[in-house]
Amino acid sequence: MIDFPLSRLEPEAESVYAALGLKPGARPSPRSGELLLRALDSFRRLAEPRGLVLPQTEEEFAAVFHGQGRNETRNPLQRVHPLAARLHLFAFTLGETISAEIERLFAGDFALGAVLDAVASLAADNAGRVAEEWAGSPATASGGSRGAHVAFLYSPGYCGWHISGQEALFAALRPEVIGIRLNASFLMTPLKSISGVLVAGPPAIHRVESVYPFCAQCKSPACRERVSAVPPT
Amino acid sequence: MEILKQIARTIEEGDAAAVPRLVGEALAAESSAKAVLDGGLIAGMNAVGEKFRVHEIFLPDVLLAAKAMYAGLDVLKPLLERAGVASRGRVVIGSVQGDLHDIGKNLVGIMLKGAGFEVIDLGSDVSAVGFVAAARSHEARVIGMSALLTTTMPVMKEVVDLLKKENLGGRIKTIIGGAPVSRDYAEEIGADAYGYDCAQAVERVKELAAAS
Repeated sequence: MIDFPLSRLEPEAESVYAALGLKPGARPSPRSGELLLRALDSFRRLAEPRGLVLPQTEEEFAAVFHGQGRNETRNPLQRVHPLAARLHLFAFTLGETISAEIERLFAGDFALGAVLDAVASLAADNAGRVAEEWAGSPATASGGSRGAHVAFLYSPGYCGWHISGQEALFAALRPEVIGIRLNASFLMTPLKSISGVLVAGPPAIHRVESVYPFCAQCKSPACRERVSAVPPT
Repeated sequence: MEILKQIARTIEEGDAAAVPRLVGEALAAESSAKAVLDGGLIAGMNAVGEKFRVHEIFLPDVLLAAKAMYAGLDVLKPLLERAGVASRGRVVIGSVQGDLHDIGKNLVGIMLKGAGFEVIDLGSDVSAVGFVAAARSHEARVIGMSALLTTTMPVMKEVVDLLKKENLGGRIKTIIGGAPVSRDYAEEIGADAYGYDCAQAVERVKELAAAS
């Protein structure tokens, strides 16, 4: 249903370097540049992108979101999802082969392994952006929900949605059909996989002004930039 | 000696093909294996670690240097063993039970070896009993634990508690790290140290090993 061309998933060199700790404005060494070229070549050969979506009514998603009842008392998704025009459960994986290659490289060629790991992590993030575009597109709409919408992906483990929410999400979506499994700690394998809910609606619903208590512990606060980039209604 | 400086420089450049040849030249010039290790390999990695700490280089450069260091170490290892040269200490590392993320733990292991430690890597999904049993059987000075999930962090406390229960808390030190882990959490569970990143983790392990 969603097309994930490798060209859309492949990360920019700058973002890979940044993920590996290169400071803005600094130049990578020639040897690091060679590693990146080799890692991108491996990515193009080994990535097996597959995704899955499932439309949800507000009531259906409310049950999934409640999960084991361990979410933070106040969180952005509880306010946003009832306002959504469309909701889709979502999962995506880059497949087993690339994860196995990263593991293999770490046994000897660990510099290349680290760069390929960063490339694959960023590619999985990019798949989330592709899915958001798909969910926000008018072509995805049906019935009374047509219109120019913006979609954000929310995932268990982030923004107050407890990671145990993976259990209810998996029970509804069944991403095992695309090869994603869940362990007792709610961790997905293959590791380069993402899951969550695509919340599409008018831009205004995504404007979350509050700073929640759990934001202080967050080590990936990219949501602030994304929210501020939402176009005015 | 100039040859040792050259080895250190070659490690900084990450030239894994050249280091074994230079190590061979140093040994042929009657440098001891221990002198080559300290003055060449570890000196090179120390310089790399410092450049990394001040953001002069970034992670891939460190890993290329470590690979070059390993290539040199392969030549020295039998000689060091024959001469009875002890490592800086043994460190048991692993990702805690339920956690399959091991990239961060792998990087710490690579850096620790570069700093002269003997590393026993238990891999991922390691139970509290597994950590303590390995540390005991390998006579390790330090246990390093990594977690990337809030759901798996409690295993770190289990390890700390088990060490106390078995009266090993003073002898085997603990260090924790990983995305959801913090210095506050380390203090809360009674871990001996917290490593924000792989470079800091190595510095903390050096301190713990010296204190144990």
